Formats: sequence, structure tokens, C-alpha cells
Amino acid sequence: MNDARPDPDALLRAAAREAKGRLKVFLGAAPGVGKTYEMLSDGAARRDAGVDVVVGVVETHGRRETEAKVDGFEIMPRKPIAYQGHTLAEMDIDAILARRPQLVLVDELAHTNAPGSRHDKRYQDVEELLAAGIDVYSTLNIQHLESLNDLVASFTKVRVRETLPDRVIENAEIEIVDIPPDELIERLREGKVYVPDEAARALGHFFSKSNLSALRELALRRAAQAVDAQMLDYVRANAVGGTFAVNDRLVVAISEQAGAIELVRAAKRLADALRAPWTAVHVETPRDAGFTSAESARLAEAMRLASQLGAQIETIPAESALAGLRQFAAEARATQLIVGKSRRSRWFELRHGSIVDRLVRDAPGLAVHVLPLSEAGAARKMRLPDLGEGWGSWQGYAVSLGLGAAITVLGRMIFAQGSITNIGLLFLLPVMLAATRYGLRTGIVTSLACSLAYNFFFIPPLNTFTIQDPQNIITVLVLLGVAIVGSQLASRVRAQALLAQASAAQNRSLAGFARRLTGIASTDELAQVLCDEIGQRLAGNTVLLMPDAAGLAVRAAAPPGGRLAMLDDAAARWAFDNNKPAGQGSDTLTASEWLFYPIGTTSRVLAVFGLSRPDAGAPVRADQLPFLLSLLDQAGLALERIALAEEMADLAHVRERDRLRHALLSSVSHDLRTPLTTILGSLAQIRAMSPEQEDQLAETRAEAERLHRFVANLLDMVRIEAGALHRKIEPVDLAEAVASALHDLGTALHGRLVNVEIAADLPFVLVDPQLFHHCLINLIENAAKYGDPGTGITVRAHRDPQGLTLFVEDEGPGIPAGQAQRIFETFARIEGSDRKGGTGLGLAIVKGFAEAMGLGVSASDRADGRGASFAIRFPPGQLKELPPE
Amino acid sequence: MNSAVTILVVDDEPAIRRLLHASLARAAYRVVEAGSARETLAALQIDKPEVVLLDLGLRDRDGLELIPLIKVAGAAVIVVSARDATDEKVAALDLGADDFVAKPFDSEEVLARIRAALRHRLASATGAPVLRHGDVEIDLAARRVSRGGEDVRLTPKEYGFVAELAKSPGRVVTHTQLLRTVWGAGHENDVEYLRVAARAIRRKLEQDPSRPTLLRNEPGVGYRLQVEA
Repeated sequence: MNDARPDPDALLRAAAREAKGRLKVFLGAAPGVGKTYEMLSDGAARRDAGVDVVVGVVETHGRRETEAKVDGFEIMPRKPIAYQGHTLAEMDIDAILARRPQLVLVDELAHTNAPGSRHDKRYQDVEELLAAGIDVYSTLNIQHLESLNDLVASFTKVRVRETLPDRVIENAEIEIVDIPPDELIERLREGKVYVPDEAARALGHFFSKSNLSALRELALRRAAQAVDAQMLDYVRANAVGGTFAVNDRLVVAISEQAGAIELVRAAKRLADALRAPWTAVHVETPRDAGFTSAESARLAEAMRLASQLGAQIETIPAESALAGLRQFAAEARATQLIVGKSRRSRWFELRHGSIVDRLVRDAPGLAVHVLPLSEAGAARKMRLPDLGEGWGSWQGYAVSLGLGAAITVLGRMIFAQGSITNIGLLFLLPVMLAATRYGLRTGIVTSLACSLAYNFFFIPPLNTFTIQDPQNIITVLVLLGVAIVGSQLASRVRAQALLAQASAAQNRSLAGFARRLTGIASTDELAQVLCDEIGQRLAGNTVLLMPDAAGLAVRAAAPPGGRLAMLDDAAARWAFDNNKPAGQGSDTLTASEWLFYPIGTTSRVLAVFGLSRPDAGAPVRADQLPFLLSLLDQAGLALERIALAEEMADLAHVRERDRLRHALLSSVSHDLRTPLTTILGSLAQIRAMSPEQEDQLAETRAEAERLHRFVANLLDMVRIEAGALHRKIEPVDLAEAVASALHDLGTALHGRLVNVEIAADLPFVLVDPQLFHHCLINLIENAAKYGDPGTGITVRAHRDPQGLTLFVEDEGPGIPAGQAQRIFETFARIEGSDRKGGTGLGLAIVKGFAEAMGLGVSASDRADGRGASFAIRFPPGQLKELPPE
Repeated sequence: MNSAVTILVVDDEPAIRRLLHASLARAAYRVVEAGSARETLAALQIDKPEVVLLDLGLRDRDGLELIPLIKVAGAAVIVVSARDATDEKVAALDLGADDFVAKPFDSEEVLARIRAALRHRLASATGAPVLRHGDVEIDLAARRVSRGGEDVRLTPKEYGFVAELAKSPGRVVTHTQLLRTVWGAGHENDVEYLRVAARAIRRKLEQDPSRPTLLRNEPGVGYRLQVEA
């Protein structure tokens, strides 16, 4: 059954851990258990084992034992940050990144940084350190964990504001620092425990034995959970046998009600326990249109928290919460659904049925968790959707009441004929009309008016408002009921239509945006269109930054000419470098007025998009965010398309350039060589008539030959740079190759003696014979050119375990200091060597040819200091041993 | 004595043709010129040249295509090519060209190649002569190689190598041709056999094996045996 294939997700997580630094968290149940001390001890042990350890930040709170522990460490200076007249000292993350230790000790992981720091929270600093490959040791009290926040607050009555998302410690190694509650209380009495402000207020309560026991249990359980999860990951990554349940998928339904935030936290805990991906979904029903601003804010807050805790967030429109949830759960293949227990009145539930009951009944494969919501928002009363109708228009009343009057007149006429039964039904017409077309209030007024008219004109005793027959009371009530029900139904339909319209408008807008983008062919135009279109759709200022040679630069802005302050620029850069949002409304560099989103694929950021409000308010409302993200997705696709198109165009351009180069190459080859051949051939046949002429002839011949070599070298260089070298690798005998080169060089050696020292038992080298031949010719010619007059040249081969090296050595001034690398560059010539008449190309060709064959070249002074030594290195892979004779 | 020998110079550059014409005429050859493939084919019919100096870069047809046609007409082909075109040289030789010279050429070299080509035609007509280079003698008829009068012991492959080159003295023989005739079909790419044999032959026959004068290497193309005229 079990095919023991490693789970790719688990492998990915393992790979991510490999590349990043490792986090170890010393987890304690309460302040004072000795976490910092323990961390320092562990750090000291690593330091003594030779690991490069520094202290990023450690709070000793004046404890002597702890202070003594800190002494042996290199302590990174903190960065002073001015805030409201105080100077706060925060961990200097840039200094640590620059210092690049292997391990850094960072106390109090849940700490909140001073405003104006790079990140709001210290754990974000730590994440950046980890991402840079630096290991981190840190400390944490259990009550700071986001998902346990409510739980801890519920029994300690102390709510901690500095919370830490659970994901931070998900992949961390966790070490529990544990002492029994009694001992901790004892230490507290002795004043050995530093008590943070929040706890001080509830000191007596917080440090009660029962609380400490509960906290301790939480810490132990959390650590066990972490170990469990890591073990599970290991098992999955290594496909150790055993069966696993199909992965759970968890969906939590978020409403505008007060308990939504607790619901999110609970969902996070469950998702962690199940190790399941989770989604927070809000079903947008017609009721949403009637939310107060407080309710909208609550909803947005709950969604934001869910996203922060690692949930995917979705908003889906539907006729009713039930229908929406049912559909979404089915589409997302959810296995677990979390809903809050509605505090709707019993009356409401009797009428509509409980959503929970119906969910359980309709979705058999789904485990439905129902959590009670807190009382805070319970007072919310059923409120009819307010669609801005108010009292309605006077035309509505006029039409409805006019119709009522007409009905009355008509009724009187029928009544006069003697038929009385069911005349009341006629009054339903104006009431229905008023309720459905003009809203509830017009409907009620009309129904009241019609009741009165009916009563007055048709119910005996006639022409009075007195009702004798109880049956007639029912008629009045029915009219009222019709008004209420009818108007509600109608307004619901209208609200739904409005929502659908809004949604359709958004879709239309998105489609229009996408269409607008498809026609664009240049990055500049696209950048401007993005800024204009998105700015217009979200009614804000926009800016688009793209990388250029100097870094990140503003490519377009709306309104045009927008510039970024330093802080904004830093936020944009951060967003680009980290492929995460930054600026106001994000987690990073929140002091910026702008909010920056990276645009691109998961692996490559193409641009950064910035948004701000002219009034410096929040750049994006929570309900605009999904729309913005959709727009940016489209933008990313368009950018990528254009980038690809431009790359293709570049490629075509390069091809065209290569074609021209090739044309030039063959043209030069033909047009210059032919006359040169004629000149050289003619010169060879001319006989001098006098010694004077003999000299002139020799010089002319030498110059013509030089010109020929220059042309040949130029062509070689063009071939190297075009990458157009055709290689045919075969075994070559070094001795034979050197002999061929010396033969071809002929008079270019100027009669110098060449001493060849190549042992007979050396292996063959695997090279292109023709290219290698030219390498040798150029190297030996170079030696002949730069050696002192009358000296010889040595060509020798040396074998060592790393391969084989061929040296060409001259006797002369050698290589000037610092020129050993430059000497191989195109047109580089040793200073003051013009008289030698080189082309400055020979050595560049040697390097180009050698590298094309996988060989290395280098230049240095000879070991005995008598001249220059040029070496060609053959790695072992390019040697072929001689077959035994 | 060369009066009977006709040489056809094929090049689309009149300057080159004039230059070659002058130096060949000085060596008492009869020279005809052709500036295109069409003129070449016509000259083959009319002038019946013994040797064709063929530049491959013609305007109306790829020079390589002409080689088999010239060979059929009974003339020797010496290809005049750019110095780096190893592949072109090998292709020309494989198509039957007798030798090549690289541009820009030395007139003396061109004359030497022509002599070698003519000698080859003569040799195939009169049987194998004894070749000499310094104190080395190669007698193909007797299957004997001697140095300073002493027989030199060559292995069968080494002798095969030398003999194959000696059949067309002074002319380049490609790696492929050598490997196929001496080592047999299927060994055409075993260039290291040639390198090993060449090393051994030089040790036995050359005055200074590190500066060979008898067994010459054409990098990437083949070997030639340099003998006295």
C-alpha cells in the first residue's frame, strides 16, 4: 500500500532549513526560570567548540550570575533610536549582518522594537538573520505565543501585548527551560526575578502556583508538539514507512461578529495540531451592505490576523452564509470547518434554522467545529439592511397612497353593488407595490393607511374606525405583515443585485485592466499605464520601481514626477530584496507613507509597486486588498511577457550583430588577405639592385609580414569574442606540436635559440591541434619579441599530480609588478614596449583559445628572476596517457 | 624541361593570378588562368593542365565541388586556402586534392608542392624510386629503411606509416587516410596511434627528434614526408 515516496513538501521544508540559519528557542513558562542564563551557557559551549558566536542583544536585568555569563562574549553594540525624547537601544541588525557570525544570541524573541526601526518586531530581525544563513539562539515565554494568547489571558487575567506568530518557532529547535513552580515563587520572593511591567500589575495573581503549573504545562505541550511536528516532517521527507491520513484542510468561517478574532486563533491552534493548511473565509451576503464601520473594521482585523497567522484568506459572495460555506468547503475540499456559535435569537433560528445544524446535515464528509463566541458583541440586534432608503421618496407615498385611494373609490363602487366579501384583498395591491418598490417605511405607511380606509369605508359599522368583527382585525394584520415581508424580500433582492453589480464592476474593471495591458509592447509604457490605471482604480498615488544598473529606480508614477523620500525608498528596496510587502500597512518599515508590493513570480521580482494616499492615510483598505493583489498579478504577467519579448528582441539584435560581424569577418579576411598575399609574393620575387635597396626591401617585407600577422590576429580575436571557435579535440604530442610551431615561426624567431625540454614519457594533451598551434606560435613569438637581444627561449613541460604545465620562458625584463593579469587583456601591452612592434593581441588570443579548450593560462616572472614565464595548464581531464609500448 | 607541363591557376582575384603566373612562368611552366568555375572547366578541356592551383573561394561555385571534376580530368590539385581552415583542408584532401598551400604563400613553397605533385604522378608511372633525406634512405620496392647505411628496424605499423607517406613524398597525407590504410577501417579516429608511431619513427630516423625535418606534422590535418628532390 505504502509506496514510501518522500513527501515533496516535507523535502522542501527540509531544504529551506538547510540553506537558512537554524533557530533554537529557549522556551520558558514564565519570567525568571533562567532562559537567558541557559542560552548563554549553551552559547558559551558552542563558542568554546570553536563556533563564531556573538551576543546580538541580552538583557541581564542586573542579575549577577547572568552578567558573569555574558562577559566572555563579543557583544554587538546596540543601535540608538530616538523616540519621543528618549533614546532606546535596539539590536543593530545591519551590524550583525555585516559582521556575519555563525551564531548570534538574541534575547526576548517577542520584543517589540522602537518605532522607526527596520522591523516592528524583533522576531522579524531574527528571521532576516536566519535568512542570511546565521544561526540564532533566542528566548521566549510561552504566553507570548500568538495562538496561546487568549488561552493564557483567560486564566492569568494578564494579556500580553507582545505576541509572536507561531510560525516563527515552527521550524525551530525548542529547549524547555523548566523549574518547578515552588522554586520559581521562591526565587521571586528573593527578588531574583525581573518582573515586566504588565506582570507587575497582576503580580500576585500571575505568579500563583496554579497559574505557573498551567503555563508550565502549556510550554511542555507546545515543545512536545514541535518535536512531534519535526519528527513527522522527518518521517515524511525520508518516507519512513507508515501510513498517513489524507492531508486535512481546514476552513474557518469569519463573520463581522466580535468573537471572530478568537475564532481565528482557535483555528490556528487546530491547524497546527493537524498540521493542515487553513483558509479563513468570509461569505459576503446581502447583509454585508448593512455593516457598521466598527463591524467592517472587526472583519478586516480578523482577516488580517488570519493572514498573519499563515492562513489563506478568501472572500466569496453568496446569497446566504450557509450556501457560501457549503460551496466553498466543497470546492476547497475542506475536511474541517470551524464556525462560531451564532448568538442569533432563538426566534431567528426558529424562522431560519440554525446554520450549524444545516451544515452538519448537508455536508457529511466535513467535521464541523462549533465554538462559542464571546459576549462582547452579543448586544447586536437584528437589523434590517439599510440601503439608504430612509423614509423613502414623496413620489413613493404619492403613488402608493393614490393607488390606495383609487382602490377605495373602486371598492365603494363594487360595495354599492352589494358584494362585500374579500374587498380587503384589493388593498394588498397598493401595499405590495409600496413595499417592493419604495421600501419598508412607505409599505408600512401605506398598509396603515389602507387598513384605516378599509376599516372606515368597508367594515361595519361603516364610516367609523370602530371594528366589531375580530375577523376584520386579521385583515388589518395581514396587510401589515404583507408590507413588512414584501419590503424585506424586495430589499434583499435589491441588496443582492447591488453586491452583484459591485462584484461585476470589479470583474469588469479587472478584465478591462487586463485588456489594456495586452496591447502594450514596451516596459516604459506598461509602467506608466500600471501607475495610471491602478491609481485611478484605487484612488491613490502610485509609483512603479524597477531595477536598473544603479539599483532600484522609479520607472513611472501617477501623478507623474512623484519622488520617494529616503525611508520610502528603503521600504521599496526591502520589498524588492525580500519579495514581501513593505511600508505602511505591512510588517516592515511601517513608518513609510507608502505601501510597496513586489511584482513578479515567486522566484524573480521584476518590479515594486507603491501606493499611498494624498492624505497620508492607510494606502489600501482591507476590502480593496484582494482587488489590488489581482491587479498586481495581472501586472506581473504583463511585465514578464514584455521582459520576455524584450529578451527575444535583444537576442534577435545579438543575432543580427553576429551576422554583421561574420560578414565583416569574411570581408576583411578576403579583402585584406588577397592584397597582402600579392604584396608578400611580389616582394619575395624582387631582386635588389644595391645594398641600400636590399635594406629597404627587407624592411618592407618585415612590415608587410607584420601587417599580415596583425590581420590574422584581429580575425582570431573576433572569432574568440564571437564565441565562434570551432573545436575539434584530439590527442596531441606536445613535442611534435612545439616542433611544428617552431617550424612555422621560421624567421620570426630572429635567430634566437630555442631550448625544448619535453620528456618523452609525458602524456598526450587533449586539445584542438589548430588552436593550440596558434597558442604556441603566439607565446613563442611573444617571448622572442620581449626577450633581451641575443638571449634564448626555453619551452619546457612539467608534470605534477594536478596535471601538466607547459612553460614558455624568455630572458629579459620580466613582467612589471601588477601586470600579470592585465597582460592577457585585449590590446594590453607592457608599458613602454611600443618599440617591440607587437599588436597587443597575441596574448589575448592565447588566453581566448586556451580557455575555449578548457586550459588555463598565467604569466609570472621566472623562478630565477631572469625573465618572464608564461604557462599553459592542462588539467588531468585533458591528458591522455601513452599506451604501453 | 618543364616546357611540357601546364599549370592552371584558378583564383577570382586577378592580382593573385598575375603573381602566381609570374613566379610559375619564371620556373618555366606553361601557365593558364581561370577566374571562375566555368572558366576552370573550359580550361580543363582545352589546355589539359597537369596541375591545378585551386582557390576554393570562387564566386559561381563552391571550389570543393570542382576537385573531383579536376581529378577525373587527370590533373593534380593543389588547394590554396586561408591558413586556419583546417576543416576545409581536410575536406579538400578527402575529396582527392593532392596537397594544399596556405595564403599568404611563399612562392618557393608553391613550387615545392607542384614538384611533389608532379613527382607523385611520375612515380606512379615509373614505379617506386629510392627516397633520400640526409643519411636516411627509404626503398619501398625492397621494403627497406636505412640510416647511414644501417638497416633501421621499424615495427610493421611504423613501416606502414612511413611507406604510406613515401608513396607520395612531400605531400600531406591526412590522419584518416593513414589510419585507414595502416591500421584498417574502423580506426579512423584513433589519432593517438599516429602520435605514438610518429614519435617512435622520429626517434629512429631524425637527427634531432625535437626538431624533425623528415617526418613533418600539419596540425589537425596530417603528416608529410620531406625528402630531397
